[in-house]
Amino acid sequence: MSKLKPRNEYEKTNAFRFFQWLSGVKDPYIDNVEMHVQTEKVVPEATIIERMNEAQMCRDKVYDTEHNKLVQLFHKVYINMAVLFCIALVGLLLLTVSYLPPTGNPANPANNTVAERYIEDGLAETGALNIVSGMILTYRAFDTFGETNVLFIATCCVMILLMIDDELLKKQEVKNDRRFEPKNDIILQGIAFILCPIIFIFGIYIILNGHLSPGGGFSGGAIMGAGLILYVCSFGFKKTQQFFNEHVYKVAKITALCMYGLIGTYFYMTGANGIENHIPLGIAGHILSSGIILPINICVGLEVACTMYAFYALFRRGGL
Amino acid sequence: MDFVQNFPCISIMLCLFAGIISSGLKGKAARWINTLLLIIVTILSACTLLYTLSTGESFVYVMGKFPAPWGNEIRAGVLEAGMALFFCIIMLLSLLGGQHKLIAEMDENKVFLYYVLTNLLLSSLLALVYTNDMFTAYVFVEINTISACGLIMIRQVGRTIEAAVRYMIMSLLGSGLLLLGLCMLYDLTGHLLMSNMKESVAAIVAQGEYNIPLIVAIALMTVGLCIKSALFPFHAWLPDAYGYSTVSSAAILSSLVSKGYIFLLIKIIYRVIGFDIFNNTRIIDVLFVFGLMGMIFGSLSAIKENDIRRMIAFSSVAQIGYIYMGFGMGTQYGMVASVFHILSHAATKSLLFIAAIGLTDVSGGSRKFIDLTGSGYRNKWAGVTFTVGSLSMVGVPLFSGFISKLLFAQAAVQVDGKMLPALIVLGISTILNAIYFMKTVIRIYTPVENTDYPNVTFKERKQYSIVLIFFIILNILLGVSSQPIVDMIEQGLAMFA
Repeated sequence: MSKLKPRNEYEKTNAFRFFQWLSGVKDPYIDNVEMHVQTEKVVPEATIIERMNEAQMCRDKVYDTEHNKLVQLFHKVYINMAVLFCIALVGLLLLTVSYLPPTGNPANPANNTVAERYIEDGLAETGALNIVSGMILTYRAFDTFGETNVLFIATCCVMILLMIDDELLKKQEVKNDRRFEPKNDIILQGIAFILCPIIFIFGIYIILNGHLSPGGGFSGGAIMGAGLILYVCSFGFKKTQQFFNEHVYKVAKITALCMYGLIGTYFYMTGANGIENHIPLGIAGHILSSGIILPINICVGLEVACTMYAFYALFRRGGL
Repeated sequence: MDFVQNFPCISIMLCLFAGIISSGLKGKAARWINTLLLIIVTILSACTLLYTLSTGESFVYVMGKFPAPWGNEIRAGVLEAGMALFFCIIMLLSLLGGQHKLIAEMDENKVFLYYVLTNLLLSSLLALVYTNDMFTAYVFVEINTISACGLIMIRQVGRTIEAAVRYMIMSLLGSGLLLLGLCMLYDLTGHLLMSNMKESVAAIVAQGEYNIPLIVAIALMTVGLCIKSALFPFHAWLPDAYGYSTVSSAAILSSLVSKGYIFLLIKIIYRVIGFDIFNNTRIIDVLFVFGLMGMIFGSLSAIKENDIRRMIAFSSVAQIGYIYMGFGMGTQYGMVASVFHILSHAATKSLLFIAAIGLTDVSGGSRKFIDLTGSGYRNKWAGVTFTVGSLSMVGVPLFSGFISKLLFAQAAVQVDGKMLPALIVLGISTILNAIYFMKTVIRIYTPVENTDYPNVTFKERKQYSIVLIFFIILNILLGVSSQPIVDMIEQGLAMFA
């Protein structure tokens, strides 16, 4: 049987207060707890920076190998596993190579009708004494056009990264151009004066004789590009820009690639549709011979020379 | 020979020419040339598709005077032409949809370079789709890699440069592995043309002498292309590359570049190695497992993300996992499902990227979810489009994602040992997809009172909103009229063999 309390005694118990609070009659905390009006907490900017620094410090500590042995262990295991994995891959590839057909065996699958026709009929079909030129520029002309475009797009990407458009920066860069090198080095200029023409002529020779002797557009273009770079190094950009500036570069590049593309398209489409293409092969061994190889070599040479020079100029001062 | 057969060659050469000529123009002219080029190539590809559908067989186009094993060749069938058409449409929509961001985010003097890159990227994609020669494929893989790097870093913020460096390293690793495998295969077969290679490979397998190098070569090529298309353990480059580059680049990279490599892998499987030989190598089991892992871990990473662009990027990892799971089943049905998912994912992912940029634009440029609250009301079209994309990704009927999930489930039922894991992971992945996409949809439709952000109406962003409508139509078209497309894919795969 429950014990009945008198009312004044009951009013002192927690149960009474609770039920009163529940029914909203009285808040038990009123007068007992000091109440404040709530204000939004403002964190000063200095504290935020401090906290960010603290977060950075925490991160540093977590990734610091002295404080966190687990990270240290992970790094060690990671490096060791990477090395082991590489060694295993190397072993696997070496093992595979040992199963490949031996080099120089005439019965190898690679020595088949394809290579045979390139070697035996190459001269008659392409008119080029240099079989490699004949193969990459006639039989597989499409691939080589792709390769030339790889060079073109590589220059575009370097331009995105390094080309300086801001006028002020540009001027500064032009002014500081000689930061790392002596100005007007007499020895260099003297040697370049003799060498540059020879290099240019040698490059042109290699390009024009691409179908007759070893070489071709890629190698000749690289030599001409090297000549241009030597000229810039010794005589500076101002003199170079008199004959090779951005405008000339653009015109040369676009003309060369478009010419190659047009010749290529004509060659592909006539060939595929079975139409006679009327490109004379000429007499093998003459300079004006072997159909589309000579003009394509010239185009490729121009493009490669432009690319080489553009890389150098962009890396050196962010502009042509 | 019909005149239509020239169209694949013409479209590749047109893209290259447009890229070359754009490099000498100002930004605006380059943009016009690019748009015009995309429309022309779309029409040409559509003609090729209709032609191959009407003749019912593929054709080979000799690039030059010299026929098959000596010269270059391209080849077009239903699947190739359809893929080219689809790539062009997606690229056109992505570029038009992200145009206002392109102008805002980029250096004015370098805009023309962006269009040079996209033109050459399109040429390389077309060449990868149409090629019938492994070395041509490799050359255009290079163009593809370099231009994709350029697309990432052209918006010059610190994170994009870092992302581009990462992408370049991983992508070059993939190219290197592809080249290694290609060299070995050339040493074994002596051919570079796909059909001749296939004959030689069949002879090697029958003879049994060079089986080990053959398997290693196949594995190297497969892994190389997996790295380039961001299959699960190789996806570290992906979130930054998709998350911080300008929005058109992100859409193009996620829906076209990685799909180009996957399509090349399909071509290698069918046209170089042979479907049955590839299935007997057990490499498909590895692809299957990695695909399943990608489906789960990609979604888990996406759930953890607090940045809407990176969340969509991580979702790509999961979707690529789906595609490789289809490869891993080793059946014709699995392959059909994978090819359909390539289409469906490409359409949906570009839509999501383009729609997300509309939402972040009306949230003060912030990509955090807390700021995106209620953005679906501020830009109504972007909100609706994002919801459509999310529903499609989750796999709600009427949208394209449902069909691909259905096809995957149907394919899984017919494979003996792989049915249970495939179905279970498919279910788990669908739930995870629903968690992060529905979370975002609920977030953008949670009303907030008195925000400082402006509302954007249809009239203010006409071009953007029209592009979004086209995206929705494309997505629903894929979802509703799936049967003819699946038939086309089956027909195209039959032409491959």
